[in-house]
Amino acid sequence: MWDGAEMSKISLEVNGKKFTKEVSDHTLLSVFLREILNLTGTHVGCDTSQCGACVVHVDGKSIKSCTAFAADLNGSKITTIEGIAQNGKMHPMQEAFKKLHGLQCGFCTPGMVMSAIDLLQNNKKPSDTEIRDWLEGNICRCTGYQNIVAAVKEAASKM
Amino acid sequence: MASLVGSRVERKEDKKLLTGRGRYTADVNFVHQTFAYFVRSPHARAQIKKVDTSKALKSPGVVSILTGADIVNDKIGGLIAGWRIKSEDGSDMKVPPHPPLASDTVNYVGDHVAVVIAETLDEARNAAELVKVDYKILKAVVSTKDAMSSDQIYKDIPKNMCFDWLLGDRAKVKEAFDKADKIIKIDLINNRLIPNAMEPRAANADYNPSTEEITLYTTSQNPHLARIIISAFNGVAPENKLRVIAPDVGGGFGSKIYPYAEEVVCSWAAKKIERPVKWVADRTESFLSDCHGRDHVTHAELAVKNDGTFLGFKNETIANLGAYASVFGTVTPTYLFGPCATGVYKMPAAYTNVKAIYTNTAPVDAYRGAGRPEATYTIETLVEKAARELGMDPAEIRMKNFPTQFPFQQTLVHSVDSGDYVTGLNKAMEVADYKGFEKRKRESASKGKLRGIGLCSYFEACGIAPSPVVMMLGCGIGLWESAEVRFNPTGNVTVFTGSHSHGQGHDTTFAQIAADQLGVPIENIEISHGDTDKGPFGYGTYGSRSLTVGGTAIVKACDKIIAKGKRVAAKMLEASVDDIEFSNGEFVVAKSNKKKTIGEVAFACYLPGTYGEVKSPLPEGDEPGLKETSFFDPVNFSFPAGSHICEVEVDPDTGETKLAKYTAVDDFGTIINPLVVEGQVHGGLAQGIGQALYENCHYDESGQLVTASYMDYTMPRADNFPEFTLGFTCTPATSNPLGTKGCGEAGAIAAPPAVMNAVMNAIGTEISMPATAEKVWKACNGNKKRNSEAA
Repeated sequence: MWDGAEMSKISLEVNGKKFTKEVSDHTLLSVFLREILNLTGTHVGCDTSQCGACVVHVDGKSIKSCTAFAADLNGSKITTIEGIAQNGKMHPMQEAFKKLHGLQCGFCTPGMVMSAIDLLQNNKKPSDTEIRDWLEGNICRCTGYQNIVAAVKEAASKM
Repeated sequence: MASLVGSRVERKEDKKLLTGRGRYTADVNFVHQTFAYFVRSPHARAQIKKVDTSKALKSPGVVSILTGADIVNDKIGGLIAGWRIKSEDGSDMKVPPHPPLASDTVNYVGDHVAVVIAETLDEARNAAELVKVDYKILKAVVSTKDAMSSDQIYKDIPKNMCFDWLLGDRAKVKEAFDKADKIIKIDLINNRLIPNAMEPRAANADYNPSTEEITLYTTSQNPHLARIIISAFNGVAPENKLRVIAPDVGGGFGSKIYPYAEEVVCSWAAKKIERPVKWVADRTESFLSDCHGRDHVTHAELAVKNDGTFLGFKNETIANLGAYASVFGTVTPTYLFGPCATGVYKMPAAYTNVKAIYTNTAPVDAYRGAGRPEATYTIETLVEKAARELGMDPAEIRMKNFPTQFPFQQTLVHSVDSGDYVTGLNKAMEVADYKGFEKRKRESASKGKLRGIGLCSYFEACGIAPSPVVMMLGCGIGLWESAEVRFNPTGNVTVFTGSHSHGQGHDTTFAQIAADQLGVPIENIEISHGDTDKGPFGYGTYGSRSLTVGGTAIVKACDKIIAKGKRVAAKMLEASVDDIEFSNGEFVVAKSNKKKTIGEVAFACYLPGTYGEVKSPLPEGDEPGLKETSFFDPVNFSFPAGSHICEVEVDPDTGETKLAKYTAVDDFGTIINPLVVEGQVHGGLAQGIGQALYENCHYDESGQLVTASYMDYTMPRADNFPEFTLGFTCTPATSNPLGTKGCGEAGAIAAPPAVMNAVMNAIGTEISMPATAEKVWKACNGNKKRNSEAA
């Protein structure tokens, strides 16, 4: 642990809104979103970049926000779980998770949904195996993944 | 109105959770809050000679540092064991003190020594590194098997033994064994697991100096229990000055049933410094200090006749409690384990003997299934072995010993009210295409793979009750549940439950029940839980109890609402109460079209008058308002049961085990919401399969936790599983009016033996959990051969 962090001024767009903030150089994106912007939908479930509860999109691609420094993302466009519903209507991936009971406690869910949306950007009709392989970086302790896989397929059919 | 019970209603709680609007404890912040960081023991066993906080206190941002000495000075009580077990010789169990912050010894890696409270988390962490603790390191006791013959950890606890407990009749068992044609013996380890709810534990305690009240937000399955323990045992604040809120909670699986040292310390510290104190575990802290699960070493024997009839069973188990006796740590390997160890069978004689021991490891407590997975693993691997040794089909030997008459008085404790095990196993065999296995085995063989099939038939005892019985057996609490049904004046309804939902879907399932009972649309019903300042005292959620106990309390409270509603409607409709019928939300005068909706009746209860006239709709003796409370104490446990069939394909060249097929057929009695119940089964299976194939908590010889991150502890991932096939049978429970049985733990109970029986069937030798690729490869390829080659 060290102290005396350097501060940087960063400007970025989060869920369509522009922010300019002073952050210390060691502020993680997950901390920036949760503590500074109060976007607490992005969760932190581990400290080794394994669980995937913190997945967000940076410039359209999914990343683990616990493993990125906010200061490195100056000028980026970030989308979090709070930013994917449009005009109060949930994203098809969110709708599919609800319809097929793809979540229980909901803690891994934001990361799972953000990761799954990125999968469909890369592969419009993934097979079960492709979905399971892609979601290998998102741990869920509640669902046994079965309804998550079903929800991703359902969303693929709607998107 | 169509009945909602039995419908796949989408969950009411999902929208907030899916849009990032869930509010978990770590999301809760208070103005002027401070951050706590715990100084934990790096040693498994040591004496604390000195704690020097002088340098740390000067570190930037530090507000306060509290140690074990402060706990002693402030007379803060220790953490408790909630269930008193007596040994076979009648003596009481032996329990060491468990202070929230240690002052003289530490007993596992991660044990709490001091807390640093600072303006920011970084400052608290930095200062924690400057707290100097002078330890005298002592030899740690780590092995479950050897604990009784190792160094004595606590002065007054010889052989490190908490109790030596017996359930059953040794003499009868001896008689049965003397008559047997064959004795089947097994030695097994039920591997230690770490629960790993995805939300790490957290607490945020706020003290209001004006009212002298503490509000504690915490990750709890059971906020009422947290409040009574922190008040009555830890002595932090009287119950009426302590409010505990468990908001959205990200999974529990048993590990969040009871308060830990951190909640006690944050509450106490907040009061001392008169500022909010927030603590959020990082994942390694969770691995180190959440209670772990399982960890048994068992020798079991089954006496059989040559035709496969079971005559008797004995079970000698050593159960590791870890360093301290946790709240449900002592009941898990006794009353939750012993009675179920004879499995789903007629067993003329049986006993279970459990020696519970202390080691220098994290405390062990209830983890999904709590005792019943250990019991089921023991009997179901033993029965499978009996089938092998007798040359019988594993399904046939099970069928032969199933009870067919219900209620069935099970050997050791339970009177099982209902069940149909034969139909369950037949259905599982049909769905799994049991007959087609040999063909699939040949197909696998043609690809060089070893295919195996494994069965598990289980019953379990959940919704633990009734309170007088469990208290007679040593339980420190009652196990009833409460519900308050509150009609608001405008006709919508709030239902308060003493249970707690952290993934189980109570907001939906309980609303389905209330909607059906009251005839109110489900959208107009709110389920409220998790706040001790709202609703009555309750006992929380664990042991698959919430629906059978808490759901029934809702039904009972609704019955009272309807009874009062009938009296009020009768007065409003100028009819006799006996002539009022209630259905679909309407009170109707029999054989007439005169009626009042339940909303009109509720409104009248709150505004009992008519403008300009003195006329009340309330019958004489009835008070205004429409709110009823019920405390329901069931007459018995509920006894879900089922048969699971697993098929694996093993690659003998790599040792990798692939789950090829998994079929689960369960009897949960009446199902309220199949969508939710299927999800519960899936999740339980994933944890059970995780235990069988992947997960293992490992301490090294010095007591260091080697598996303390997701890099080292194998959590099951999406690509580890096939699609599970589920089926259901239904014999409604007779111990509650809904006819429901618990469903939350079945998967975790049934899967380990089903998977391991399949692996052992594939490779033809016995193997311990988890059946990792390395172990399976060694079993397939023979240790001796490889060793001789290496030499």
